[in-house]
Amino acid sequence: MSTAPFSPPLLGRLGWDSLPFYHMLQDPTRENLVNGCIAGGAALIVVFGTIIVFALITKYRKWGILWQWMTSPDHKKIGIMYVVIALVMLARALIEAWLMRLQQAFGLGGGFLSANHFAQLFSTHGTIMIFFMVMPFLIGLINCVMPQQIGARDVSFPVLNSISLGLTAAGAALVMVSLVLGHFSTGGWFGYPPYTEASFSPGVGPDYWIWALVLSGLGSTFTGINFAVTIYKERAPGMKLMHMPLFTWTSLCTAIMMIFAMPPLTVAMGQLGLDRYLGFHFFTNTLGGNMMHFANLFWLFGHPEVYILILPAFGVFSEVFATFSGKALFGYKSLVMATMCIAILSFTVWLHHYFTMGQGADINAVFGIASMLIGIPTGVKIYDWMWTMFRGRVRFTTPMIYSIAFIFLFVLGGMSGILLANPSIDYQVHNTVFLVAHFHNVAVPGVLFGMLAGYTFWFPKAFGFRLNERWGKLSAWCWIFGFMLAFFPLYALGIMGLPRRSAGYTQSSYVPLEAVAFVGACLVVAALAALVIQIWVSIRDRDQNRVPAGDPWDGRSLEWANAAPAPEYNFAVIPTVSGRDSFTTAKENGTAYRKPDKYLDIKVPRNSVMGPAAGAIGFFLAFGLVWHIWWLVIAGFIAAVAAMIGRGFARDTTRTIPAAQVRWEYERWLDVVAAAHAISRADENKPVNQGLAAQPPVGAAP
Amino acid sequence: MSHEVMHHPGINLGPAHGEANEIAKTMLFGFWAFLMSDAILFGMVFASYVTSVHATAGGPGPKDLYNIRSAFIETLLLLASSFTFGMASLALKYKHSKTRLVQWLLVTLLLGMAFLGFEVHDFLTMIAKGGTPERSGFISAFFDLVPLHGLHVTGGCIWLICLIGQMARYGIDTQVKLGVLRLALFWHFLDIVWIAIFTIVYLGGLA
Repeated sequence: MSTAPFSPPLLGRLGWDSLPFYHMLQDPTRENLVNGCIAGGAALIVVFGTIIVFALITKYRKWGILWQWMTSPDHKKIGIMYVVIALVMLARALIEAWLMRLQQAFGLGGGFLSANHFAQLFSTHGTIMIFFMVMPFLIGLINCVMPQQIGARDVSFPVLNSISLGLTAAGAALVMVSLVLGHFSTGGWFGYPPYTEASFSPGVGPDYWIWALVLSGLGSTFTGINFAVTIYKERAPGMKLMHMPLFTWTSLCTAIMMIFAMPPLTVAMGQLGLDRYLGFHFFTNTLGGNMMHFANLFWLFGHPEVYILILPAFGVFSEVFATFSGKALFGYKSLVMATMCIAILSFTVWLHHYFTMGQGADINAVFGIASMLIGIPTGVKIYDWMWTMFRGRVRFTTPMIYSIAFIFLFVLGGMSGILLANPSIDYQVHNTVFLVAHFHNVAVPGVLFGMLAGYTFWFPKAFGFRLNERWGKLSAWCWIFGFMLAFFPLYALGIMGLPRRSAGYTQSSYVPLEAVAFVGACLVVAALAALVIQIWVSIRDRDQNRVPAGDPWDGRSLEWANAAPAPEYNFAVIPTVSGRDSFTTAKENGTAYRKPDKYLDIKVPRNSVMGPAAGAIGFFLAFGLVWHIWWLVIAGFIAAVAAMIGRGFARDTTRTIPAAQVRWEYERWLDVVAAAHAISRADENKPVNQGLAAQPPVGAAP
Repeated sequence: MSHEVMHHPGINLGPAHGEANEIAKTMLFGFWAFLMSDAILFGMVFASYVTSVHATAGGPGPKDLYNIRSAFIETLLLLASSFTFGMASLALKYKHSKTRLVQWLLVTLLLGMAFLGFEVHDFLTMIAKGGTPERSGFISAFFDLVPLHGLHVTGGCIWLICLIGQMARYGIDTQVKLGVLRLALFWHFLDIVWIAIFTIVYLGGLA
């Protein structure tokens, strides 16, 4: 591929042929036209979307506020921005999924997309869903909730938190830019070499993938350190580890796993980068390279990653089941133990991702057994959640619908996982869509439903008003049935022998099941549309749904014990904790909403430009590396070092909120609480819910 | 010695340092967590090296390329620099004069730069003998592991210079103290990694 005639100087490999419709104009065959129009249309959506967003911000003069947000070290704002990234990326990756189902529904004899285009779709779909949808979503939720659950003012390193956000955003932006300039990797989300080596994939695709993952991986490493230190060091006085809400426990396990599991990814990406850029021989076919090193490194990261994704969702479900059953969580200790067991076991099973790649039967057996063992702690959790609902007064709110659907569907996904953990069965179905059905069966009802349940559950906490229930429930049901229709057929298709990642096939017997799966994909797109309408309707009707008193669901843990939205310092006075479910205890004892004896000045970190700077520098450095624009790489590198040195010389990085202001804000909120009407759970989803829960008289039956 | 409350592993500043000692509780704990992550990073690269050591593809092997004398001098330089950094930490903790602290830091910096000088010379010699990373998986793995450590040392040296700059500008304030504490951990950590490199790469390769 020669770009020389079109390349302007100083732009490296970048040229006119990097544009998505270039190929279509040069060689207008029918296939090129179809693929060029789809790729070009996607690029135009990115470009126009960006222009419209910029224009709207300018029109409403919101640049100042946006800058306030981007530079803010406040964990709540950072969390919201993470979730926004996640939702935008979810929309893109979901549309790609729909397109892939459409292709396979018409895939008998080839379909309408080129194999290369289809390969880019499944590569970006997987990369985005893992690294730029679920990761930002869970990091965002933990950011919004965890510090408030432990009674902290912020995370331990607020500016580092902002830098992590910047790096993640830069990685996401890189994946988005690949729609407009050049193309993405075709090697799938785990990009095995030697296919992704320069000899087989000389273009920019794998480079986009490598640098997007490096940026996001660095961000996640810092986030893991930040969350773990916060949970160990910033808990309110009296809160022992075994007093922590379960969501905080799962956040801790996820954070520890990030600290340990991200470095192998960084090493794998770095070595593949050295192979591609400097001619090293880590994973090449020749001169002593060995791709099995990549498989080991990648899955040493990749398998813990699966549990990094699922554990926070388990945490959300634990909070949701307890809150909407009006009961303390059943088997708290066993849930904590199970979470820890899963976190440890997750580091011992990575080899099950390649049972068929040549190691002996003994090794396969060991890893197969280890993989099956994970079913035990997970089973414990399922029973604990069911016992939590048992004899509770269960309210079928949106988060609860997601959670109950999760129990049914996740158990099925777990069962197919146990099947795949058996190496002899794995040999039969590996690399078929049976596997695709399995991991979507745990990822969608497990991770995604958990994230959406958490989003609905804590939305009023973050923004001060409830989301619309009707659209929320409609979306939940569309997700549930859409998921089942889209993925259950793939189990059958897998057993019938359809390989994963097939752009087309020749067996006509696949067509009916593929058609069913496509209907499911349409339903999932409807679910996304319902989510968009829900947010629109909820913002429109926000004044009827405000919950300023802060406790819309009769919550149990500390995050519900202050205003919604919470002030930037979270708690006017740091609460003292003496057990689990401390807010429920306080409400029962009548010690909630008390005036403290005195207020103190509060130190909060000043806004810092480091976050957006890290994002911008990371993006341009990576962009320069992708396109071999070396002056940009050098400039970016110098800017990165200069920014770090400059930050070292920064002093006066905190400001003080005077006690008088804290007092005024807190007592104004107490006035709101005093004026609010305490509601029973029957009125939870009516405008009368202002966030104050009526307490049952002492001695009443639960 | 009275029983001083240890806020974190390693040299604690102690209550005489007030605010810095309090912040160190969280910040040094966080830095230990970072070092743990960095240790995994090195662990993975060590694993790559150990599994690639025979992948010479007919090219030069350890015995053709390594120079044990140079590696031994590097080891001595780095160990000595760890000692001098320890002296700097003590000068900080017991509030010796700023000059004393800066002197120890400068000696550390010189030893670190001497280490880097020897190391770069080693690399150039290896490349001159045909030991370039394009030649084989083994040499690729070598040039991933040992220069990664070298890059860390380079970063440490830049950090050290910046700390001295901060001291010139602000004196020995809280931020500088926390900076010296963290850089000390980083420096000792790199020493430990080097001992592993010397043992596994150089002694193991030439045994």
